[in-house]
Amino acid sequence: MEDFKVIDDYLCVKLPEEIDHHKSAYISENADRLILAEQVSNVVFDFEDTRFMDSSGIGVIMGRYRKISCFGGKVFAIHADRQIKRILTMSGLTRIIEIME
Amino acid sequence: MIEIKPQEVCEKTGKGFMKNEMSMEFDAISNNESFARVAVAAFVTHLNPTLEELSDIKTAVSEAVTNAIIHGYENVYGYGRHGEVRPVCCKIRDGKVYLRCRIENGVLYIEVEDKGVGMENVDKAMEPMYTSKPELERSGMGFSFMEAFMDELEVESTPLVGTIVRMKKKLKCGDWVKMPEGE
Repeated sequence: MEDFKVIDDYLCVKLPEEIDHHKSAYISENADRLILAEQVSNVVFDFEDTRFMDSSGIGVIMGRYRKISCFGGKVFAIHADRQIKRILTMSGLTRIIEIME
Repeated sequence: MIEIKPQEVCEKTGKGFMKNEMSMEFDAISNNESFARVAVAAFVTHLNPTLEELSDIKTAVSEAVTNAIIHGYENVYGYGRHGEVRPVCCKIRDGKVYLRCRIENGVLYIEVEDKGVGMENVDKAMEPMYTSKPELERSGMGFSFMEAFMDELEVESTPLVGTIVRMKKKLKCGDWVKMPEGE
């Protein structure tokens, strides 16, 4: 559970090394629980350890965006490497989330 | 149609290019998604692919195998770390995913087959952002990613019989593989 941290109004999710459909349920469930329990409005996805992501990861980010955007929240992605950035761009997610170094 | 050409022979040495083939089948559970993509990645390593090519192949395989598991066999949930089914009330259906790979003349061919429910309308399924399971937070980008990351993609599906996904990618691999002119 140390992968999910609430700092002020932000939920920081440290993503695993590989994000696929098998792992995605665990990430969504825990993030949703914390968003609700701690009433955070923004979510930060930390890709520091992530080396692989497929479309399931896009689903996770999109799902969280839908949950918080109606309350004016924002989604951020940090430490994304080239491959992850490519996937985020290709899926059009870069238009709704902010990518930072 | 994605066809496999007969083996070419190098003009200089007169020797044929290498050909290598593998096939495997595994249970349609989500735990095997990572196994499948790592197996394919390991299979192509001796061709010395770039890291980018390797990620592309892994992503494409992951998408195809995930589709077979959650759409073909509708095994949306897998086993947890301690062997339990999550959530508890779920049932995991029996079924196998068949993965066949072939390297010929520096071109990688991948075939992912399931004997699941199949699809009525393949074109609809291949539309970007279309998903038949929106409640699962599927992004609907699976086929788009396969198309983008591989050179060619072909999908064959019959309702109640199953689906075959064929993909092809040319690898810019080591110098001992002669690249055909004009490419």
